[in-house]
Amino acid sequence: MIRSEIIKSIAPVIRDHLVVCNIGLPSQELFMHEDKPSNFYMLGTMGLSSSIGLGLALVQRATVIAIDGDGSVLTNLGTLPTIANNVADKFILLIIDNGSYGSTGDQPTYAGRKTSLAAVATACGCENVVECRAEETADVLREAILSEQMTIIVSKCESGNVPVSVIELDPAVIRHRFMQEVAKRNA
Amino acid sequence: MTVHQEIAESLARNRVEFVTTVPCKQLAGVIEIVEDDPRFIHVPANKEDEGMGLCTGAFMGGKRACIIMQNTAIGVTINTLTTLIQYYSIPLPMLVSYRGEVGEKVACQVEMAVHTKALLAQLNIPTYHFHEPEAVKDLDSILNHAFMAKKPVAILMDAQFWGAA
Repeated sequence: MIRSEIIKSIAPVIRDHLVVCNIGLPSQELFMHEDKPSNFYMLGTMGLSSSIGLGLALVQRATVIAIDGDGSVLTNLGTLPTIANNVADKFILLIIDNGSYGSTGDQPTYAGRKTSLAAVATACGCENVVECRAEETADVLREAILSEQMTIIVSKCESGNVPVSVIELDPAVIRHRFMQEVAKRNA
Repeated sequence: MTVHQEIAESLARNRVEFVTTVPCKQLAGVIEIVEDDPRFIHVPANKEDEGMGLCTGAFMGGKRACIIMQNTAIGVTINTLTTLIQYYSIPLPMLVSYRGEVGEKVACQVEMAVHTKALLAQLNIPTYHFHEPEAVKDLDSILNHAFMAKKPVAILMDAQFWGAA
């Protein structure tokens, strides 16, 4: 299974929740499979999906799912101690770990070699860390949402991409409609 | 009231509820206050671009947010300021310890100080320089301006302001 297939498989699980999605292909794939105003697509700024998701989860009541990649977590590795030490019960970080920088031509990351992001997250103090196979992702994610306990999921999958188009929504539109969804859930 | 307390009061008056910080010696007092004051959710960040991500999430969650950091962070965060904060129109007051100005004791800090205003000007970020402690009275209107305009703004606070020159 590759990342695009994981995103397709989790679309029914995440559709009613606030989703912050990583730059590049992950956002484009989510947009292609199921565009929702409750999806915040990052059009730039590699590495900050988990930080945006945590900030959001700390200040309001609705469940937040941040979709990230192994390369993006490695570029902002300081995010894991911050997450561990600032627990937001309804925050889920889903790291789709294909061991490569998918959006830039599948160059290998260290997560595909010796480095275990699940072990790093645990060492940083994260309490609910689940590493799973790609095929299990939707079920693991569903359970994590129901648990209402902050969870870090590392979904190990194969490297590879499918053709997708760039997102042509304006950033202000993405933010505006996303904030309306946040407000609706906290009314 | 110390300038540290005045800054915290101004943040509270302007309904800032989420504060992220990366420390600087000059900021120790205000960081201690936002950590202890229940009016603020304080989340220390490991790096300033991470902090700006946290502020973006908090703002979209309905809370006014600000970041407190050193001017060296301008070098760290240029990409985040342009592709996240400016591109998505996120209001972000940046309370900046302006190291490397007159009164500085660490020569290396001057190297970034000479670029700080030029970088902010290049980024079209409204920039205010607090030199005398009395300047803190302008903070209310600057915060209001940032949230009205939905832009990042920088408030540079030098050694003279903190009483360390």
